[in-house]
Amino acid sequence: MAVMSYRQALHDTLRAEMLRDPDVFLMGEEIGRFEGSYKITAGLLDEFGPKRVRDTPIAEEGFTGAAVGAAMLGLRPVVEIMTINFSLLALDQIVNHAAKIYGMFGGQRSVPMVIRTPGGGGQQLAATHSQNVELFYAFTPGLKVVAPSSPADAKALLLASIRDNDPVLFLENLALYNTKGEVPDGDEPAEIGRAAVTREGTDITLVAYSRMAHVALQVAEKLASEEGISAEVVDLRSLRPLDRPTIIESVKKTSCAVVLEDDWLTYGIGAEVAASISDGAFDYLDAPVRRVAMAEVPLPYAKSLELAALPSANDVVTVVHQTLDAVGRRSVGAH
Amino acid sequence: MATTSRKRPARSAKNAEELLGYYRQMLLVRRFEERTAQAYTEAKIGGYCHLNLGEEATVVGLMAAIEERDYLFTNYRDHGYALIRGMDPGRVMAELYGRQDGVSKGWGGSMHLFDTDVRQLGGYGIVGGQLPLAAGAALAVSYRDGDEVVMCQMGDGTTNIGAFHETLNIATLWDLPIVFVVVNNHLGMGTTVEMASAEPELYKRASSYRMESARVDGNDVIAVRDAAKVAVERARKEQKPYLLETVSGRLRGHSVVDPAAYRSKDEIAAVRAQDPVAGLHDRLVADGVAKAEDLAGVDADVHRIVKAAVEFADKSPAPEVSSLFDHTYASPVPNDSRRLPADPLFPVGA
Repeated sequence: MAVMSYRQALHDTLRAEMLRDPDVFLMGEEIGRFEGSYKITAGLLDEFGPKRVRDTPIAEEGFTGAAVGAAMLGLRPVVEIMTINFSLLALDQIVNHAAKIYGMFGGQRSVPMVIRTPGGGGQQLAATHSQNVELFYAFTPGLKVVAPSSPADAKALLLASIRDNDPVLFLENLALYNTKGEVPDGDEPAEIGRAAVTREGTDITLVAYSRMAHVALQVAEKLASEEGISAEVVDLRSLRPLDRPTIIESVKKTSCAVVLEDDWLTYGIGAEVAASISDGAFDYLDAPVRRVAMAEVPLPYAKSLELAALPSANDVVTVVHQTLDAVGRRSVGAH
Repeated sequence: MATTSRKRPARSAKNAEELLGYYRQMLLVRRFEERTAQAYTEAKIGGYCHLNLGEEATVVGLMAAIEERDYLFTNYRDHGYALIRGMDPGRVMAELYGRQDGVSKGWGGSMHLFDTDVRQLGGYGIVGGQLPLAAGAALAVSYRDGDEVVMCQMGDGTTNIGAFHETLNIATLWDLPIVFVVVNNHLGMGTTVEMASAEPELYKRASSYRMESARVDGNDVIAVRDAAKVAVERARKEQKPYLLETVSGRLRGHSVVDPAAYRSKDEIAAVRAQDPVAGLHDRLVADGVAKAEDLAGVDADVHRIVKAAVEFADKSPAPEVSSLFDHTYASPVPNDSRRLPADPLFPVGA
C-alpha cells in the first residue's frame, strides 16, 4: 500500500499493463514527445518507443476509429483524448462504431479498447473546454463507462478497463489528478458495473461519481463532525452498467437521497439515478430525491460566474439540510 | 498517378478460363441483386437495401486482387463483395432476411455484412465510418509485422467527409498497408460528384497526402483487377497506402426504393450502354471465348445458386427473442440492463 496521486496511479498502471501485455499500446495527441497534456504518459515514450506510444495528429475521429479497428484485430489500444470535449469530434467512431461492432455483427469480433479522457470544469477554460458529456456515452449500450474518484479506483478500474474485451470510456477529472490516496499493491482489477459504498451512514444517501464522489466524502465528514448527521456515500464508479441494486440498498436504509453531479441537471445522470430510486425504493422514501447539478448554462470563463454555476460542497450541505428538514429528520442526527 | 483503361482480347486458354470465371462471378452478383430487389418488394427484406447492379466488374476485379489473408472493409453497398469474397450466398440472403442463419445472425442486415472467416469486417452504413476502422486494422497488421493488406472500399460521396481526410493523412504518416478504393458511380444518392466535390477527379485527392493513386474503368473487370493488384502489391511490399478510383455506373436507384426520378433518360441509357455484365458477355462471344449458349448455361447455374440461397433464407428461423441480450458485451458484466420495454427495473413487490 502506497500513498500516491491519481495521476501517478494512472501512469503506473498504464506502464505496468504495457509491461505485462505487448498488445497494449497508447495513442493520442501529445502523449509521447510532449508527455501528455496532463503528464499521465510522462516517460513512456522513452521506455516503450513510438510503436507503443503513438503520437497522433489532431484528428480525434481518425485516431479513435483507428484504435477501434486495431482492437477488432485483437490489439488493446488505450486512447487518450485530451479532454472529453474533444471526444465529440470522435462521436461517430465511439457511438456508431466502437459501441456497435460486437452486437451489430452478431458477436463475431469484439473491440477491446479504452478511451481515457478527463472531464471537469472549474479551471476557467470557458464553455467548450469545461463540459461533462459522459452522459452521451453512458447512454449507449455496447459501451462501458467508468469514472474513478480515488487513486485506488483509478488503478483498479484502469486495470479492469484494459483487460476488458469491450470498449470502455474511462472518465478522469482535471480536479482529481493531484488528489492523493492509498493505492493497494498488486494488480487486482475492480469489477466494472459495481458501485461502492465509500462511507457508511444511516441518515441520508449521497450518490455521486468522479469529482463529486470526492466532494461527497468531504461533505459527509463535515456533516458528521459538525452536525452529527450520518451520511452514506455511494460512489457509482461505473456509469454503464449502472449498479442500481447498491443505490437501492442504501436508500432502503436511509430513506432519503441526494444525487451529486458535475453535469447539467436536465436529462442528466442524476435524473437516471433518481428515477431508479423511484422505481426500486419508492415505499422507503421519506423525501423527494434532490439533485445537486451544474447550472444549465454554457460554463462561463469569469471566476465568479464559473464558481456560481458549478456545484460545490456548500451546495450539497444546503440540499442535505433541506431534504432532512422537509421530513423533520434533521434532529435525528443533531445530538 | 495514372489513368488506365485496358481492353485486352482474351488470347490464351488461361485468360479465357479466367474471364469465364469472372463472368460467372459478375453474373452471380447480378442475379443475386435482382432477386434481392424482388425479395424486397415482397417484404422479405426490410430496412435500407443498396444493390451492386452496374458495379459487378468493379466488385469482381477488386476481389480478384486481394488474397485470403487480406482484410476487407466496405460501405453499405456490400452484397456483391460478400458473395465474391466467399460468404455463403444462402447465409448472405438469410442475413438480408433477418434470420438466424444470417452471417451476423440477423443483427446487421443488408448494410452490415460481416464474416470473420473470410476477413470481410463489415459492411458499414455510416458514410466514411469504415475508413478509420480499416486504417486501424492496417495499423494492427503493421504492429505485428504482418504481410496482410487491408482493402477499404467506399463510394464517391465519401471523399468529402472529414474521416476520409483524417484517415488518408494517418495512412501515409504511419506507412499503413492499406488500399482505399473509391467506387465512383457518379452519384451520392441523387447528388452528382460535380455537385459535391471541388475536385471531381477523385483520385487526385490522394496527392494532398503524398499517396499514390490511379483511376480505372470500373466496367472493365481485368483493368480493375490489374490496377488493384498494383495497389495491393505496393501496400504489401512497401507498406505504403494507395488510392484507387474505379469509375462505373449505377443501373438503378440509390436503394431499392429509389425510382431515381432525378436522372434523365439519356443518362440512364448511357449507363445501360456500359452495362459491365452485358459488355463482358458480348466480348466473350465476339472474342470466341465462349458461345452464347455456354453463357446461358452459366446463367442457369447462377440462377440455381440464387434460388437455393433464397430457399435457405426462407427456411431459416427468425432469431429467438431469448438471444436479444447475447451480443451487448463480449466481457460479461454485472448490472447490465436486460429488460424488455414493459419490464420493470426491479421485480414488482420486491
